[in-house]
Formats: sequence, C-alpha cells, structure tokens
Amino acid sequence: MTVSVGRRGFLLGGAALGAGAVLTACTSNTPDDPPANSGANVAAGAGDNAQPGKAVTIGFSAPAADHGWIAAITRNAQAQAGQFSDVTLKATEGTNDVNQQIAQVETLINDKPDVLVILPFDGKALTEVGKQAMAAGIPVVNLDRIFDSPLAYRTWIGGDNYGMGVSAGNYIAAQMKAKGVSSPVIGEVAGIDSLPLTQQRSQGFKDALAANGFGVGPRVAAEFTVESGERQTSNLLQSAGKLDALWNHDDDQGIGVLAAIDAASRSEFLMVGGAGSRNAMDLIKADSGVLKATVLYSPSMASSAIALGRLIAQAKGMGDLVENEVPASITTYSAVVTKDNVDDYLSIGFQS
Amino acid sequence: MSADTSAQPGAPSVSEAPARPAETQRDKALRLFSVDARMLALLGVLVAICVVGYITRPDAFLTQSNISTMLRLAAAIGVVSVGMTFVIIGGGIDLSVGSMVALCSVWMTTLATQSYGPVVMIVCAVAVGAGCGLVNGVLIAYGRVVPFIATLAMYVSARGLAERISNGQTQVVRETGFTSPLRGSLIGVPVLIWIFAAVVLVGWIVLQRTTFGRRTLAVGGNPEAARLAGIDVRRHTTLLYIIAGVCCGIAAIMVVARTTSGASTNGQLYELDAIAAVVIGGTLLAGGRGSLIGTLIGVLIFTAVGNVFTLNNLETDIQNIAKGAIIVVAVLFQSLRFRRGRTGATGSG
Repeated sequence: MTVSVGRRGFLLGGAALGAGAVLTACTSNTPDDPPANSGANVAAGAGDNAQPGKAVTIGFSAPAADHGWIAAITRNAQAQAGQFSDVTLKATEGTNDVNQQIAQVETLINDKPDVLVILPFDGKALTEVGKQAMAAGIPVVNLDRIFDSPLAYRTWIGGDNYGMGVSAGNYIAAQMKAKGVSSPVIGEVAGIDSLPLTQQRSQGFKDALAANGFGVGPRVAAEFTVESGERQTSNLLQSAGKLDALWNHDDDQGIGVLAAIDAASRSEFLMVGGAGSRNAMDLIKADSGVLKATVLYSPSMASSAIALGRLIAQAKGMGDLVENEVPASITTYSAVVTKDNVDDYLSIGFQS
Repeated sequence: MSADTSAQPGAPSVSEAPARPAETQRDKALRLFSVDARMLALLGVLVAICVVGYITRPDAFLTQSNISTMLRLAAAIGVVSVGMTFVIIGGGIDLSVGSMVALCSVWMTTLATQSYGPVVMIVCAVAVGAGCGLVNGVLIAYGRVVPFIATLAMYVSARGLAERISNGQTQVVRETGFTSPLRGSLIGVPVLIWIFAAVVLVGWIVLQRTTFGRRTLAVGGNPEAARLAGIDVRRHTTLLYIIAGVCCGIAAIMVVARTTSGASTNGQLYELDAIAAVVIGGTLLAGGRGSLIGTLIGVLIFTAVGNVFTLNNLETDIQNIAKGAIIVVAVLFQSLRFRRGRTGATGSG
C-alpha cells in the first residue's frame, strides 16, 4: 500500500515538475523577429537646445505600468532621457498605491534632483508632496493627471480629453456629411464613467456632434479593458441594428471592441478609436475593417516632459518661442490619425 | 477513487449510508420542495427580466443573435461560477478566480505559447488554472490557512504574475488555428456556448450523480462528520480548489477567444460576479447545500440585466444598482426559506 502510494506520489510529483518546466518555458514573450521600432518616442533637442548643457538629474515617478498607455509613458521617459548625454534619470518603480508614490517622491526629493517629473496616480492625493518639492527648490513637471494647485508644479503637460471628444465628433460629423447621411446613428463606447477624463471626452464628443446638428445615439461605458470593451460592444451592437459611426474612447479596450464587431459580422459603419495605439494605427493603415481613424492622446507626452524638465533645469526656453522660459502649461493636441496621415504617426503609436 | 478508503478502522462504508437516510426520510420531501420553490422564484426573476426586455425592445431582445450574444457573454463567467459552486458547497470560498482567469489568459497567449499552436495554448490555460487551484487547495487543506486569506493571497499574486509575464500589455492572438474554431459556430450555435453547456452538464452530473458530489456536500456540511465517515477531507478540499482552477482555465480560453487577446486586466471582479451568481442561485455561503442549476440561472439573470439595460441605452450606474437589488432580494428570500426549512427539520442535528 505504502509502496504504491509512494510510487504514485513520485509519478505525480515528477509529472507536476515536468509540466511546471514546460509551462515556465511558455512565459517568454520575446518575439522571433523583434520589430525595428521598439515603440519608444524620442525627440532630439532643436537648435541651441540640442547642445549638451549643465548635467541634469531628473527624478521620475509614475503609476504601475499595468496597461499599455502607462507602460509606454515610462518607456518613453526612459528613452528620451537616454537621448540626452547631459541627463540622468532616476525612475522609481511604478505604483498604484498613493501612499507609496508619496513616499517615493519624498525619497526622490531627499536625493535633491534638479527637476522632478511626476505622473501622479491621483493628482489630488499627490498635490501636497508636489508643493513640498517646489518648496525645496526642485521644479516639478506635472505629467497629465493634474495637481490640485498650481503651487505644486512648475509646468504641467498633458493631454486634452475634451479635445479628444471634439476631434472624434468633428471627424465623424464630416464623414457623415460627406456621405450624405442626414440623421446618422452614432454610437459611443466610453471608458469608466465615474472618471472625470471619461466625462470630459464624452462631453467634447457630444458638443462637437451637436455643433454639427447630430447627437449621440446608443452609448455604453466599458472599463478600459479588452474584456469589458468586448462585452459592452456586443450588447451595444444588439441594441443598434444599424449604426453609421462608432467612437471608442480607448484603443486598449478597442481590441475587444473590434473583436465584438467581428463576432457580430458587422461592417456597415465607420469606427474611430482613441489614444493612438500602434495596433490601431496598423489597422487604419491596412484599411481592411471598420476602424478608419483614431484621435490621439499620446504617451509621447512623457518624452516631452523629460525634455521640458531638462530645459527648466538648464534655465533654457523653448526653441521657437520668444519667452526665455518654458511655459507653465502645455496641452497636447488631439490630432485625428487617418489612412492619409498615419505614416507620420506610426512612430508614436504605443504597444497596447 | 471512492470506496477504497474503508481502511479506516471500524468505519466501513456504513457510516456514509445510514446517517443520511435517517435524516433524508423526514427532510427530503421538504428540502426538495424548498429547493424547487426557490428555483421557481429564480426562474420567475429571469422571466420577468426577459419580459421587460421584450416589452421595451420587441425588435431586438428575442432575436436569435441577441440570445446567442447573451449566452456567449455568460459563458466565461458561467464556467467560473460552476467551479465556484463546487468550492462554496464544499465549505470554502475562492476569491482568486478573476486573477486566475487573467493569469491563464496571459500565460496561454505569450508569444512562446502561441508558437506551439492552439492545442498547447488550451492545455497551458487549463494546466495553469489547475496549478493555481492546487496551490490554493494545499494551502487551505494541508496548510490550514483560512480559504478567505489563502485565495486572497492568490488573488493578489496571480494578477501580479500576469502583469509581470505580459509586461502590462495586451497580447493579441495571431494564431488563427485557435481563434477561428473557437469564435465559430457549430450547428448555428457559437462554440463557446457549447463548451459552456458541456461544463454545466458535467458539473451537474458530478455534483448530483456521483460519490464525489455527495462527498462535496458532506465535506461542506460538516467536515468533522465527513472525516469520521471516512472521507479524506483534505484531499477532497484540494480537489475542489483544483476544479475551480480548471474552470478558470476554461473561462480564460473563452475570454481569449472572445477578445482575441490575453491581458492581465481580464477577469476583473469575476470573483464577485461568480459569488453573487452562486449565492442568488440558492447555494449556502456556509457550504453543505447548493445547486448548480441555481447558479446557472443566477449567471443568466445578471447577463440578461446587463443586456436589457444596454438595449435601452441606460447607464451602467443604474445597472449596478439593479444588480445589487437583485442580490439582496434573492438572498433575503433564501434566508427566509432556510429558516423555515430549519424549523421544519427540528431534531435532526
């Protein structure tokens, strides 16, 4: 009895070990032929600003890279810092724990860097520590999610959520008019409804459509995940037997949105994405499905934030502007990427 | 794997047999009746939701494509809920199901796994799920960690590992050998729905018609009595968590097929959806009693609610309020039933 159990245990254990070994081999994600473009966006300084200046140490803190966009933010920051021979980047491990991020920024402050670039997980919660850094004489470049008080940052650079909605709305309206559709059914797959950024995007979309005499038809809110995108869109497509256009706020969840459209075998409408992932741009370029455009909210802003931080630390202004200093606030433009101009944007498409 | 445990001194298979009839003779009719009443009430809720759907959107609700969409969306969470039903009936709880779905979906869609083809992808998902379930089960049964804590640890770490492996990115499946068949249909019904039906059927047979199922009820109802009756409670508990893990693996395959991608964000809040479906389905959270059919109806209720709300272009916040109300009503009803059942059965320990 004991012998047979022992043997069975041995066999089971061996099988488990073997399976474990095989499975471990399955976690590799290294492509056989790595793409030439790693997906990181960098810009060389222009004019005099390209010349190496005073050595600058930049402290960097961002949320955990748990989805494509934030992952691209961190990658871009690192790549841009690598471009400058005079910049040293001290990046902390990304975290979605507000207290931990505060602690990380405090540690960075103690290190006395020349400038801090912070994408807070929650702008409100990190305002105090931003003020702390400014009080300690360290200029803060606030990236995207804005602090509560201008006292907490030297410069803010971020995307334009309202503008994204406007760009999407205007593009769709123009397409509808070009096609001569008088009362189009325009659907919307939003992100998390409780977030201000989603509310702003939806408001911009609604306002732009209204300005053109159109309105938003069926609308669902997903959760910025592929799965929720697929689920919500599946239901939305059942609700609307015929659509003329569809705006999806986020290219990450867009993979799911497109999977749902494919499963429902629907193709009578045009779709516009949001954010500008590489995957979406490839589809726009291929022009093989419903996805015809995407409106940008590009993580390339992280590269720009590093460049701005360097200029601030070196007390330089921006090349083409007359002012001697970097502006206090920069909002990136939400351009519409279509088949016609996609080649110009492929380099900033991020891996979702 | 069943009767050979009679090596227990002085406790042959008698213990399982006589203890039950004594109790069941009196209770069986009553219990059956109460279960049926609960099931009817649940079905009533489902029918009511469908009626609302039909009245508000007669053009869209009862169409073949809408029904198949609903069932397709119910499939993944439904399979997870089947596993959850086993665990809860067995007296445990598994908070890690959503994270396990995420981990399985990521592990099966790495470039390395995809390069081995669809069969390996499927085997990989199931194996990873079973492995996680094994860890849960061993921690709980042999390590004596409370299920809530052990699976909470898995909840955190499995999603962490999924993020680590995927690098926080969405892994798109390019292997058409996987997507084409699983996204396709068989006799006009999506393959995912067939798999869902098969899992429910197998689960029902195992729970209702096998020694394993009866032991699960025994272990959940009174583990000490089950042990004295000669059941290897620890091994059985471990197996229940492995079943939950395997179900997560199957659900991950479904999610990947649906979304054509694996991501560490998959399966979010599945644990809550599954527990809610199981509980409104009439399974006791304390274990020892439960119904797979009830769970199935519970899953369908939640899916139908989501569908009807979207068909009427209502916001998700209202939808969540409705979901909450349904859970409360169903559980209240269940506890009333249970109390009545108890008083009726006074005297039987």
